[in-house]
Amino acid sequence: MAHVRPSERTQRVPPSGIRRFFELAEEIDDVISLGVGEPDFTAPWSAREAAIDSLERGKTSYTANRGMKELRNAIAANVAERYDLDYDPDEEIIVTAGASEAIDVAFRALVDPGDRVAVAQPSYISYVPGVIFAGGDPLRVPTREADDFKLTPEVLDEHGADEADALVLCYPNNPTGAIMTREELAPIAAFAREHDLTVLSDEIYAELTYGREHTSIATLPGMRERTVVFNGFSKAYAMTGLRLGYALAPPETISAMNRIHQYSLLSAPTTAQYAALDALEHGEGAVAEMRTQYDRRRRFVLSRFGEMGIECFEAEGAFYVFPESPWPDAEAFAEALLDEQRVAVVPGDVFGAGGEGHLRVSYATGLDDLREAMDRIEAFLE
Amino acid sequence: MSVRDEVLSLLCENARHSIADLARLTDADESEVEETIEELEAEGVIRGYGAVVDWRRTDDEPVRALVECNVTLDRETGYDDIADRLAKFPEVESLRLVSGDYDFSMGVRADSMGEVSRFVAEKVAPVPEITQTVTHYLMATYKEQGIEFDDGHDDDDRLSVSP
Repeated sequence: MAHVRPSERTQRVPPSGIRRFFELAEEIDDVISLGVGEPDFTAPWSAREAAIDSLERGKTSYTANRGMKELRNAIAANVAERYDLDYDPDEEIIVTAGASEAIDVAFRALVDPGDRVAVAQPSYISYVPGVIFAGGDPLRVPTREADDFKLTPEVLDEHGADEADALVLCYPNNPTGAIMTREELAPIAAFAREHDLTVLSDEIYAELTYGREHTSIATLPGMRERTVVFNGFSKAYAMTGLRLGYALAPPETISAMNRIHQYSLLSAPTTAQYAALDALEHGEGAVAEMRTQYDRRRRFVLSRFGEMGIECFEAEGAFYVFPESPWPDAEAFAEALLDEQRVAVVPGDVFGAGGEGHLRVSYATGLDDLREAMDRIEAFLE
Repeated sequence: MSVRDEVLSLLCENARHSIADLARLTDADESEVEETIEELEAEGVIRGYGAVVDWRRTDDEPVRALVECNVTLDRETGYDDIADRLAKFPEVESLRLVSGDYDFSMGVRADSMGEVSRFVAEKVAPVPEITQTVTHYLMATYKEQGIEFDDGHDDDDRLSVSP
């Protein structure tokens, strides 16, 4: 008889499908993995040096709850310049342990038991559990391949999001690589205003768009006051392990989030904050170089899939493409591909409604491996 | 970036990309890539293709030296004239005019230290315009053409499948 009984809340969340594939892939040698959700680059050397330097100078204490003032100033300047987002570093920015913490804290700060939170899917796997942990009721809204996996007011309506209290969206999107332009976001913004939804916008891949600049939904008319924007350093600066992100929102929201953050984290890791500060000051060239490399691989993978006759819409952001599975059962295909050709991809339904019959293929992998993986997929199809 | 710039940048990273892959990577037609490369070669933008070699890992590691050369110019003889003469020697791997304490930085390569010394003493120093040479033997190479010569300890240690 167990002495510890896990809470009912944890039991409402099933284990992640990603975990299962990870375990399958770990059992096989020489796997080329196109299943990785983080950059293959390392953080810019200058940022790593800044972290080391901060340790040498003995910067090992807590920082302000909301993050170092200097870093918040730099974030404010960066988002103003890059995305036209205007936030006060003292009242409207909070630095967190990864964007993941910011998202979790936002759910807990904004969602009351019984609140309905619409989650545009397929999407990053943490939103639905986050809503449940906060006591809310998630409402899954599948986007459609016919819309290139962009969110539309029609699917929001169709799935009852007009009755929701909040809406979570992530563009550029993991797992599809879809982006949304200002014109495409406008009807979503109108829907949110009309039905009084709070919008939680995960923009962690904002720096990784190809050909088109990222637009934040918070820059649309009447949206700033109802939106929380999440971003961070993991994807743009290849700093996933340093765990540093941030949220931008009006003062009351940030203040509510900080009330939770100050009791749980106290402050984001200090060493990582120094690395992030340097990344903002000196990392622009490194980001541009990574973007160039991702874009080349994106074109490469899309071309190869095209040549193999695999249907795949043209993803324009993040580092994923989301082709249709050559077999109707994407999970069976992914397992067989792993088994027979030692290439790991992730079945799309792991990322929620709308992902069925698709595969998430990450191109955050060096070109040589990518070429070999494509050759193996081609061989598998024959 | 234009296809021309993209192709050039890709070839600098890896001159062994196939035409088909270059086309996929740049979203251009194979024929366009082929024409672009021909153009770059014809215009003298691309001067050649070679391998980046870590000679320490070979059986016959050549001796290499950087030779600083100071020269004196007169009305009839400019830097280009002297450079033309020096560049003709097969021992000279690279030759650059630089700012600072000396004029030319010359990379020399031969089979032994003796050969390098003889070359500098017998072929370079006697050139009338050359007033002084300082020879630095290369002791180790850590990075060349953007490629680090380490033991590849930055292996991929990411989780094989992650969200």
